[in-house]
Amino acid sequence: MSYSDATIWAIIAILGVGTYLIRFSFLGLVGDRKMPDWVLRHLRYTPVAILPGLVAPLVFWPKATGGDPDPVRFAAAGATVVVAWWTKNMLAGAAAGAVTLTSLLWMT
Amino acid sequence: MATTTRNSAFRAGFLAGLPFLLIGVPFAVLFGVVATEAGLSITQTIGFSFLVIAGASQFTAIQLMTENAPVFIVLAAALAVNLRMAMYSASLQPHLGGATLPQRALAAYLNVDASYALGILKFEEKPDWPVTDKFLYFCGTMVLMFPLWVIGTWIGAAAGDALPEGLDLDFAMPIMFLALTAPMVKTLAHLGAAVTSIVGALLLSFLPSGVGILFAAIVAMAVGAEIERRRT
Repeated sequence: MSYSDATIWAIIAILGVGTYLIRFSFLGLVGDRKMPDWVLRHLRYTPVAILPGLVAPLVFWPKATGGDPDPVRFAAAGATVVVAWWTKNMLAGAAAGAVTLTSLLWMT
Repeated sequence: MATTTRNSAFRAGFLAGLPFLLIGVPFAVLFGVVATEAGLSITQTIGFSFLVIAGASQFTAIQLMTENAPVFIVLAAALAVNLRMAMYSASLQPHLGGATLPQRALAAYLNVDASYALGILKFEEKPDWPVTDKFLYFCGTMVLMFPLWVIGTWIGAAAGDALPEGLDLDFAMPIMFLALTAPMVKTLAHLGAAVTSIVGALLLSFLPSGVGILFAAIVAMAVGAEIERRRT
């Protein structure tokens, strides 16, 4: 990471204020007006539209192998997704991924 | 309203919030570890959790920062992850809109996934509760969660700082993201959005870091919304 301390603090502060304004928006300012349905419909999908894409390149081209696809990390990612989805429990998924990764790395 | 009722609304919120600590606190510790490993100072890491209070967007920002993405990309992606909270805000409005401005200002600060989920569940069950009770219930859900979120981050940051250099944490971030996201996939529309996001991000990965994901996310949102519209 090559940002100055001031830049990092600026990022944190702007994210804090921006997130606060998002949270405050309707509660504080909009009053009783309802948001149009199509806006709500898009907002519902923001997390699943961003998070998978953010992580996909890291799974397919991991940094640790210099960007070459790696079956061990792919298996760990798969275990994480399946267990987290199945149990609906983030920590169970993370644990499954960590155990898969560590044991496969240890075996190879 | 009698004081006893108010106390009981607050206490009910407090009790309802307890199970969420099992998820929230370890998550905060992990954020502390990952953020300091990525190069943030302990103070910056704690500041992050104190000011933003939103795990997924905090991880998003850190990930893009480790890639040295342009600042506005870091901000755009991390704020976009939090856009869902505008929806929370809108849906809490009929219940808490009648509270005083300082109360609404505080409720907005504490409006996170857990408090929203618990709050809206209770408010729909008890629509006739006075607004003060609803406000107190909402605050009750966060009265432990918020301080423990910050303290957990601090513990993780201190631990991360103490970890030896070069420890193999390269894949901790992807695992956290996947574990966080997978349970969000509840419908075909979510799945469509997630798959679009993955394919789009991989296809656009030749763009400067963080840029491709923004385009991919916009298309993915549209795909999710469109699938939902056609199926309802």
